[in-house]
Amino acid sequence: MSTAEQSKRPGLAVWLPLGLFAGFLALVIVGLYWPADREVSSAFIGKPLPAFDLPPATDERPGLATAQFQQGGKPRLLNVFASWCVPCAVEAPQLAALAKQGVEIDGVAIRDRKEDVARFLGQYGNPFARIGKDDLSQVQLAIGSSGVPETFVVDGKGIIRYQHIGDIRQEDIPLILRKLAEAEGGAQ
Amino acid sequence: MIAELGLAMLWMAAALAVLQLVAGALALRPATAHLAGVVRPVAMLQGLLVACAFAALIWLFLNTDLSVKLVAENSHSAKPFIFKLAGTWGNHEGSMLMWVTIMSMAGGFVALIEKRLREETLIATLAGQAFVSLGFYAFLLLASNPFTRLPEPAPEGAGLNPLLQDIGLAFHPPTLYVGYVGLSIAFSFAVGALVTRDVGPAFARAMRPWVLGAWIFLTLGITAGSYWAYYTLGWGGWWFWDPVENASLMPWLAATALLHSCSVLAARNALRTWTVMLGVIAFSMSMVGTFLVRSGILTSVHAFAVDPTRGSFILALLAIYIGGALLLFALRASTVTEGARFAVVSRESALVFNNVMLCGILGIVLVGTLYPLLTEAMGVKVSVGPPYFNPVSAVFAIPMMLVMAVGPVLRWREDKGGRITWQIAVPAAVMAAALLAVELLFAPINLLPALGLAIAPGLAVASLQPLVGRNLRRTPLATYGMVIGHLGIAVALFGMASEGAFSTERLAAMNPGDSQQVGPFKVTLQDIGPVAGPNWTALEATVAASYAGGAATVLHPQARVFANPPGNRTESALLTRWNGQLYAVLGEEGEDGRWQMRFWWKPFVPMIWYGGALVALGGLLALMGRVARDVKRLVATDKIAWRRERQGR
Repeated sequence: MSTAEQSKRPGLAVWLPLGLFAGFLALVIVGLYWPADREVSSAFIGKPLPAFDLPPATDERPGLATAQFQQGGKPRLLNVFASWCVPCAVEAPQLAALAKQGVEIDGVAIRDRKEDVARFLGQYGNPFARIGKDDLSQVQLAIGSSGVPETFVVDGKGIIRYQHIGDIRQEDIPLILRKLAEAEGGAQ
Repeated sequence: MIAELGLAMLWMAAALAVLQLVAGALALRPATAHLAGVVRPVAMLQGLLVACAFAALIWLFLNTDLSVKLVAENSHSAKPFIFKLAGTWGNHEGSMLMWVTIMSMAGGFVALIEKRLREETLIATLAGQAFVSLGFYAFLLLASNPFTRLPEPAPEGAGLNPLLQDIGLAFHPPTLYVGYVGLSIAFSFAVGALVTRDVGPAFARAMRPWVLGAWIFLTLGITAGSYWAYYTLGWGGWWFWDPVENASLMPWLAATALLHSCSVLAARNALRTWTVMLGVIAFSMSMVGTFLVRSGILTSVHAFAVDPTRGSFILALLAIYIGGALLLFALRASTVTEGARFAVVSRESALVFNNVMLCGILGIVLVGTLYPLLTEAMGVKVSVGPPYFNPVSAVFAIPMMLVMAVGPVLRWREDKGGRITWQIAVPAAVMAAALLAVELLFAPINLLPALGLAIAPGLAVASLQPLVGRNLRRTPLATYGMVIGHLGIAVALFGMASEGAFSTERLAAMNPGDSQQVGPFKVTLQDIGPVAGPNWTALEATVAASYAGGAATVLHPQARVFANPPGNRTESALLTRWNGQLYAVLGEEGEDGRWQMRFWWKPFVPMIWYGGALVALGGLLALMGRVARDVKRLVATDKIAWRRERQGR
């Protein structure tokens, strides 16, 4: 490591900061003036769940496999969460409210540790019937989720019917219930 | 009258900034070089006028002049004195005026005292400073005038946001502003030096005190902010990688790199291009941070400061200044002549390596902060959390700390590894022993905390090595500053690693009279009862905690309910011992009448903030050492000039 950066003619490298800065500007201008539509429809809607079989993320609940979604019955929610994710803690009361109304919810814990998941569930409540442990985000990516939290409506045949991106707010609950009802109607 | 006077002084200061820019730019041409004499006095006068305008605003707030819109919207006649004062800058307009005030006064101060730099470069620097100030004057006068009158005086003020009625938060923004403005001076120096192609040791020496000063304030701001988040949010965490935290961390990382690069340029006349670029980047990061926080483009806990139109204005300033400076850099970098060379094993190399690592961390923090924005532009919303930031920043931080242990004992220009065998072997042995001890005594421990626990003691030993074999009374203050600063990093690292490795948590539903074991503490819930504060009511738990069977200390965690505006806040209770902290939070009442209580025992966690304070202290010592030396030199040259003059007669 000598003064290579200065002994050579700098050439194109000196334009790099300006180029990166231009990229930054473009990004924030898009973010500021064309904020994304929060209710995007996923490319995975109408497709079957990919095959997976996850070990349990906590000792209190079993793990999660695709087969469990394909046994007929009511549509279920599949919630992608993590103990380190703040919006997931914020949406916990809404999930609890849904569970209280009889909605069955399964969880996938992303890049998490057992003790952290247990702490999270102890603190914010545990609305889940089953929780799979997805340490490498493989299932997360396979079902078209790129962040946490996200919630999928999956019908009795294991088909994804709706994808909710971001935390579920109080005002989103009717929408989720409607999508569940639609999924139930569609599956019969 | 006072408001009109303040506004008039602000307009005059803006006009002087135009004059400072035009005269400074013209003075760089040979034909109009005689204009150079105007620039310094104008810069000083401009600083003075803005200071008077700011004093006028303070006067209006202290006297609660309710005919002024800003005062009526943000103050109240019955507020305590200190919050009337803090109310001056506890709002958007006032804080922008404060920013311009600090910036222009700093510019005036540079004009007053800076004598080492070539006159031409200094003039270019002051012109650059005026150019930056002008954008903020335009922002103030055109889009956020603090002196606007109401058609009818308001009967009473609306009061200050209760969240901001906290003594710590009253002084939090000024601390960060001083940091950001200090970096704006460094930015102006970099632009001035690029304009006159005069990048050398004199430039680095002139810039260094400003970078050091800014860096001290940023260090204090981040350390205090982290502690504030730790005790008020009630989650027991001390750093959340929240966009606003990142916005304050990024300028700090750039300033740290700039500080070290400045030292190389001042001492060895090497790393010219690199130092100039970091000067531009450091201020860019402060502006990017301000933009991200103020525009509300990223969701965050600081959302009360949000306004999209102001975001657009800051974005425009950002595009002009940073884009302009980077363009200038791209055009001029190839004409900056090559600096001094150095060997692979040398102090310069160690500093270059660490600078690259710091910039690496800066890059990953920036990418992580902006990534949700990027995916949102493609229609997907994500949250990037600690699983990304922690390991990826560690990839850069760990090699950096290892090199940091060796760098200060290396010689400038060229050194031989053999000369410092002992200085490498001792810290390495300490690290190996610590790693072994950690693995044998406390396994299983996660990788990162284990590495932190191993590196911290080795780094602490290594940081003291530059003092070995020196006459301690003749060692310069700046060296002490470096030693204490590096020691502070080791102390903070130990606190972080210990918190990560050894924290124990207990979540329990308790009836009064129940006890729980939390680490070495036995905690007993004695009672729960209501208490009332000035603008809140709360349920307060009385918890007796006894350490390892010793006498009990009583803690009072609260769950507060605020009436106006309505809101809840948990007030955690902390018990600090020399070897850690007990953290108690009162949660909700369960259906069976038991209370949710959360306790953490966090061994050595206060060391994180002690370490931060040490780092700032190290910076302060270095600054004092540098300034004292500069003053001595200035006095000496004046004396010589005076003698010569007398002999000449």
